[in-house]
Amino acid sequence: MDLVTLTIDGIKVQVPAGTTVLEAARSANIQIPTLCYLKDVNQIGACRMCLVDTGARALAAACVMPVSEGMVVKTNTPAVREARKVNMELLLSNHDRKCLTCVRSKNCELQTLAEELGVRDVRFEGAMSSHPIDDSSLSIVRDPGKCIQCRRCVAVCHKVQKVGVIGTVGRGFNTVIAPAFDEKLGDVGCINCGQCIMACPVGALREKDSTEEVWKAIGDPAKHVVVQPAPAVRVALGEEFGMPMGTRVTGKLAAALRRMGFDKIFDTNYGADVTIMEEGTELLNRIQNGGVLPMITSCSPGWIKYIEHYYPEFLPNLSSCKSPHEMLGAIIKSYYAEKNHIDPKDIYVVSVMPCVAKKFEAKRPELGNGELKDVDAVITTRELARMIKEAGIDFVNLPDEDFDPLMGESTGAAAIFGATGGVMEAALRTVADILEGKDLDAIEYTAVRGIEGVKEATVTVAGKEIKLAVANGTGNAEILMEKMKRGEADYTFIEVMGCPGGCVTGGGQPIVPARERMVTDPRVVRAKAIYEEDAAMAERKSHKNASVQKLYDEYLGKPNSHKAHELLHTHYVDRSGK
Amino acid sequence: MSCNCCGKDQEKYQQLQAVIDAKKGTKGALMPVMQEAQSIFGYLPKEVQLFIAEGLGVTLSEVFGVATFYAQFVLEPQGEHVIGVCLGTACYVKGSQAVLDRLSEELDVPVGKTTKDGKFTLNATRCLGACGLAPVMMIGDEVYGRLTPDEIPAILAKY
Ligand code: SF4
Ligand code: SF4
Ligand code: SF4
Ligand code: FES
Ligand code: FES
Repeated sequence: MDLVTLTIDGIKVQVPAGTTVLEAARSANIQIPTLCYLKDVNQIGACRMCLVDTGARALAAACVMPVSEGMVVKTNTPAVREARKVNMELLLSNHDRKCLTCVRSKNCELQTLAEELGVRDVRFEGAMSSHPIDDSSLSIVRDPGKCIQCRRCVAVCHKVQKVGVIGTVGRGFNTVIAPAFDEKLGDVGCINCGQCIMACPVGALREKDSTEEVWKAIGDPAKHVVVQPAPAVRVALGEEFGMPMGTRVTGKLAAALRRMGFDKIFDTNYGADVTIMEEGTELLNRIQNGGVLPMITSCSPGWIKYIEHYYPEFLPNLSSCKSPHEMLGAIIKSYYAEKNHIDPKDIYVVSVMPCVAKKFEAKRPELGNGELKDVDAVITTRELARMIKEAGIDFVNLPDEDFDPLMGESTGAAAIFGATGGVMEAALRTVADILEGKDLDAIEYTAVRGIEGVKEATVTVAGKEIKLAVANGTGNAEILMEKMKRGEADYTFIEVMGCPGGCVTGGGQPIVPARERMVTDPRVVRAKAIYEEDAAMAERKSHKNASVQKLYDEYLGKPNSHKAHELLHTHYVDRSGK
Repeated sequence: MSCNCCGKDQEKYQQLQAVIDAKKGTKGALMPVMQEAQSIFGYLPKEVQLFIAEGLGVTLSEVFGVATFYAQFVLEPQGEHVIGVCLGTACYVKGSQAVLDRLSEELDVPVGKTTKDGKFTLNATRCLGACGLAPVMMIGDEVYGRLTPDEIPAILAKY
């Protein structure tokens, strides 16, 4: 690789040719401010916050300026500082600057930067553009008054997720980031993945807040409020309290939920183990009885909405399994309710999810029994953190506690649902045992791990070859769907997670600022914690979960039984409008 | 979008398809295709933008972004007379919204649209730079100032 030597602020730096000045400076620990730049996603030189002096007449945008041999860069001159400050003040002059009541306060790149640039006054007070807030979506709120038009969301939606339902509309002062033809986000083909929220540096995109309704339920003595956190929550929640990325906080999570006043602390991981029993059995049935193959996983509601909109011809390939938290919700309102003589109407199920698409999912009419929803409210990891703070709980110093018995018990197979490839691996652990008829020791299917967009593998189980594919992010799922369209996909089983990296970096997780994403990949760091969680479990195969066995013995009979179908399986809707 | 290829539009869509086929795969195809489409249809309705998006394999949101960025593109068929009512601050304070509402009522057309007979297009605009005359509207090049809603029918009768 060709190396280029340049000088930045008097420091000699050697980097590969093609590196940008921004990245070169980063490698020398020099921080250049950025707003529109997002590593691997958006590099458009729009915000002019990263201006540096390269000796040329005009200042240059470091995020799009490639290095050249002998280049002399100054990142901290009076002209540079003043230009950045002026740009910031211009942005702020048309910004709804109500930090005190903004959900992103203290994790806002605009706020951080204004503070760091030493902006103490906005010299250009002028007209404010006024585009209304769009809260039509069940998952996402768009607030153009806070938008700085960095277009990071547009890049993610178009290039990473390949959905492309939001874009730049209009020009100049009137520009707004919105769906085409003044449509509302809730009415277009948005899949609710929330990856745009994760990309947004400010409070212009955020989840639809459900914390109030959850507090209300907790405060209602007539309600039996049951909570269940998803696998990926426990490897990320700590970040909201200043703990390093990748810290596992499973015990503190259970303790915090108990202190918040929930009546029962169950675990979506239990639902994940049940999912494997149902989905594994479904897969075996399809293989043995000539069912529709490849079978595709159905736990990710962003992915489900994507296939419903864009590839409805493959809906028969989707597993009919509900997602784990919906399964657990249905079990709580039937088996658990009967066992404990509680009227299911008095039970209120709260799911804590790394996901905003689950908010939409929970309101699907097919997920419940008429008025009785499987899940009553979904809050994200971020919302849970806000509630814990509001309750005055000192999270970092909490003791480790356990989930409540029965539906708080889970295995390592469930833990790995949180990372891309995890559902596939968990299913293989169980399917292989069933087909081989023994308790296999080799349970780590590392070929399906890792953050590569599309992973393919062939595993041999009981002398049979099974071809597998795993995609994370709908942009990668598109590759597999196109392959299927061309008749080139001879897989047996496909796992798709709607978000890049899987649930660990889902749209409801703690938001990592662009600056940190330059040096740390949360998909990798959080996934590492997920696999540690797995390795630490006493049982690592779903069918070894004693409480799940009990559920089948006492209530459901066998996996895929009539009763199991009624409670744990669902159907899908063609939303293509064709 | 085959559903659009019927009736008298069929020929226009065929023409557009030919343009798309010729330009598809070339760099920067979107702008020229949109320009051609506008000269074929006279304006760029949603169906045409969808047709272009699917034809070129880009998203509707990209096409719409370009359509709203460049002033040369119009999204609505334009009436014989284009009415612009100023909703700038000065005019708004002096009651231009009521003027706009009255126009919409008299012409039986929502803001941003053209009347069924194709005679008027009704738009809301930003400051027209005539704040001293607020509330202000323009019909074509003609400026009308210090308006009250009740003057509207008489003004419209002139056209
Ligand atoms: S987006 Fe950032 S700068 Fe704007 S109000 Fe919210 S916290 Fe403050
Ligand atoms: S939620 Fe996903 S699909 Fe919807 S606008 Fe955001 S990135 Fe696009
Ligand atoms: S919504 Fe957020 S990410 Fe999208 S352009 Fe505005 S500020 Fe940037
Ligand atoms: S222009 Fe470089 S970060 Fe925006
Ligand atoms: S505000 Fe209407 S002309 Fe200026």
